[in-house]
Amino acid sequence: MHDKTLTELATGLSAGEFSSRELTQELLGRIDRLDGRLNSFISVTAKPALSAADRADATRADGQAGPLNGLPLALKDIFCTRGVRTSCGSRMLDNFVAPYDATIVEKLSEAGTVSLGKTNMDEFAMGSSNENSFYGPVKNPWDPSAVPGGSSGGSAAAVAAGLVPAAMGTDTGGSIRQPAAFCGITGLKPTYGRVSRYGMIAYASSLDQAGPMARSAADCALLLGAMAGHDGRDSTSVARGVPDYQSELDAPLNGLKIGLPVEYFGDGLDPAVEAAVREAVQVYESLGATVREVSLPHTHYAIPAYYVIAPAEASSNLSRFDGVRFGHRCEAPTDLIDLYKRSRAEGFGDEVKRRILIGTHTLSEGFFDAYYKKAQQVRRLIRQDFLDAFEEVDVLMGPASPTPAFDLGANKDPVSMYLQDIYTIAVNLAGIPGISVPAGFAGNRPVGLQILGTHFAEAQLLGVAHQFQQNTDWHLRRPAFAEESA
Amino acid sequence: MQWETVIGLEVHVQLATRSKIFSGASTAFGAEPNSQACAVDLGLPGVLPVLNESAVAMAVQFGLGVNAEIPEVSVFDRKNYFYADLPKGYQTSQMYQPIVEAGEVEISLEDGSTRHIRVHHAHLEEDAGKSLHEDLHGMTGIDLNRAGTPLLEIVSEPDMRSAKEAAAYLKAIHSIVTYLGISDGNMAEGSMRCDVNVSVRPRGQEAFGTRAEIKNVNSFRFVERAIEFEVERQIELIEDGGEVVQETRLYDPEADETRSMRTKEEANDYRYFPCPDLLPVVLDQAYVDHLRANLPELPADKRARFQHELGLSAYDAGVLSASRAMAEYFERVRNTCGDAKQAANWVQGELSGALNREGLTIDDSPVSAEQLGLLITRVLDDTINGKAAKDVFQAMWQGEGGNADNSADTLIEAKGLKQVTDSGAIEAMIDQVIAESPAQVAQYRDAEPEKRGKMIGYFVGQVMKASRGTANPQQVNGLLKEKLDALC
Repeated sequence: MHDKTLTELATGLSAGEFSSRELTQELLGRIDRLDGRLNSFISVTAKPALSAADRADATRADGQAGPLNGLPLALKDIFCTRGVRTSCGSRMLDNFVAPYDATIVEKLSEAGTVSLGKTNMDEFAMGSSNENSFYGPVKNPWDPSAVPGGSSGGSAAAVAAGLVPAAMGTDTGGSIRQPAAFCGITGLKPTYGRVSRYGMIAYASSLDQAGPMARSAADCALLLGAMAGHDGRDSTSVARGVPDYQSELDAPLNGLKIGLPVEYFGDGLDPAVEAAVREAVQVYESLGATVREVSLPHTHYAIPAYYVIAPAEASSNLSRFDGVRFGHRCEAPTDLIDLYKRSRAEGFGDEVKRRILIGTHTLSEGFFDAYYKKAQQVRRLIRQDFLDAFEEVDVLMGPASPTPAFDLGANKDPVSMYLQDIYTIAVNLAGIPGISVPAGFAGNRPVGLQILGTHFAEAQLLGVAHQFQQNTDWHLRRPAFAEESA
Repeated sequence: MQWETVIGLEVHVQLATRSKIFSGASTAFGAEPNSQACAVDLGLPGVLPVLNESAVAMAVQFGLGVNAEIPEVSVFDRKNYFYADLPKGYQTSQMYQPIVEAGEVEISLEDGSTRHIRVHHAHLEEDAGKSLHEDLHGMTGIDLNRAGTPLLEIVSEPDMRSAKEAAAYLKAIHSIVTYLGISDGNMAEGSMRCDVNVSVRPRGQEAFGTRAEIKNVNSFRFVERAIEFEVERQIELIEDGGEVVQETRLYDPEADETRSMRTKEEANDYRYFPCPDLLPVVLDQAYVDHLRANLPELPADKRARFQHELGLSAYDAGVLSASRAMAEYFERVRNTCGDAKQAANWVQGELSGALNREGLTIDDSPVSAEQLGLLITRVLDDTINGKAAKDVFQAMWQGEGGNADNSADTLIEAKGLKQVTDSGAIEAMIDQVIAESPAQVAQYRDAEPEKRGKMIGYFVGQVMKASRGTANPQQVNGLLKEKLDALC
């Protein structure tokens, strides 16, 4: 059961081949046996999972089961989950048990899904390798010496290893798409505002977006339908109807206009990654799509702009972690300032501190105009690049990451780590949706093809990705880790 | 040297919304600590603010009330600083694009003159919680009930030139917000408090002196006293060869002085930036027009109308329009009795005197406007005379005669105060008084005719006494004169 897609499991459940409890037990067993080697979960919530599975089975027996009823999944540990520790990968929140459910947690639970636990992540979603977690790094199931990517590394690794058929991630600068690429799974970052951010611990509010990570585009479509929609508790969620994402999966590709941004195929791109991506584009051509080069001229400003805006927002968002009301508090503070200083010094890891410092600096009097304001101007130009490109083509394609998964500990320099996100970050700045789908290998490590669409074009993106998966089998490959351990 | 004082005020007005500015928690005052703070007010991880529409409407109403520009777009910013009672580590406020732009407020001074004070802008923001130090064994407690309460901060231009003008401005703001019903204006509960910027400069100099900011002054009286102290301090300092430093000071009402809190060097860098969790507020013209069309009559307009249409003096018009409750009471009295001047005299005389004696506000008056109006009517239609009316008022105040609108008639009847206007009855009383006062009659007769007018007072007094105050004084006067002159 563990290597089936969500869609297949849904069929099995509705045909009565197995119950949600059986499925849940099987996967909890795998997590128990295998995750010690991966470290993809921070918390496994076996008891509530089994109760949820029983409720789902009862709902099915009553004939009330919806399409997601009884399906197991995992939640990145950034989503507040009532009664469950929600750590955000940080010592700061190691003792934080959320008193409420995030909107998407509530929605997925109402749809009858069964959460098996909370997955590992870079602390406060800051990182591209999952090495910045208080709970230790996650291993890539394809090669335990490699990182799974980040920050949703635990979610990606758990899905790739067959511990869970799907997991929720968040993407602020590539944190769904890059780990999906590194772990050979499918991950969708929706349009900013498509999915509620309420209850998702904020890193950079104007960039953060939750999305599904699964084994296929069809699975992502199934999940997105349940997650998306306006939320009265999130003013930035968009009041716009949620389409049936599955209805466009089979739309023919004939006449699809694909743009290849020249800036996404330049220096620093690993040749094996480039080869895999170009081969994937040929598959599309063979299916009737036309391909042309386009330019996104401000691409090289995306990383600098991101590393002004995201840390600025983060420096403010993370101020609430002060040791006063919740989270880590230092021993025996002598006064309020001592309480702040030591609680935060002890509670936050180095990368979080680095970004708080950067953000505090860029917002400071005398620097605001030169950094923050300028970065916002650049952001508008980047968005315009995409809008201009979508005047000419339907979708853009390129690599999700310049390299396949790198070795654990290989990227010690923060800036070289930041450069990992060169193909994903601009997408968040522009607010458009993007999906990464498995498109081959560089050696033993997966390569992800990134497909980008204009705002609210998720249905089209999912269809374009699904058609590729109907004609290739990269998404069906499973790491030896999952198979030998089965 | 002659010194000129320059004052600007930042007034924080708590808006009378039922729920908080960014959450659904209640704003009621005085609840158990932390019982009115929800996940959003606590700044729990993952929560997001949602703007309360009624706070926006109230801010716009204020803007319209001071003839301000209402921009189409306003933006919330984060003001970042750490404090134990500030749950998120930032206050959501409006730094760059406030909801209300420049306007002006008319203030009225004691001499009856008026001045216009410019409002620089007004912006919406959330209040912080408060620290509790009592009964906590040396520790500090935090009560977040107030956190997230909507505030409108109204920033004036440095247009005021005396402590009295500053107090008059604060009173004008108070009466505008209470007229609009957007705040209860309760200064004791902190619904209105202000920061005062004070500087002095040699008279005639154009450049401003260095200012000190006095924080959190919470009464009209303290505003005056804090400014007076601060002005004197600054002048003395300069005259002694010193220099005023830019700093934040606190007014201590018990010591009646201001003390340094922090200097400019110690000031926070608040690192303002637009709040990414809130969309810009976009107001369409129809929305603003709708609010404008539904504005109540405001104090300045009311004052002008009282003066020019009702014929009240500038002073009376100012006093009676100062609070909406007072103005409404007065207008109801006036509508009942039909005489604005009499209504004004009674409201400011007997009624205000009684209220002040017992420390009551107009809302707590035991005598309703309709009761008072009818009482005045009975004076105007000669049913009772002025003296009897005062007795009836006192009886009403004590609750005699019930609280029906017509209690004046009940009391007049019960007390037999109805004025005697039957000239036959009055003549009989006069004849008796004359018969019993031969000496006075003789004096009257012997006096020069021009001195007789004064002497008639004695006879009037005797007749009124005989009638137990019910005789119509004008009639008594007239008839007495006739009868006495006939004797001469």
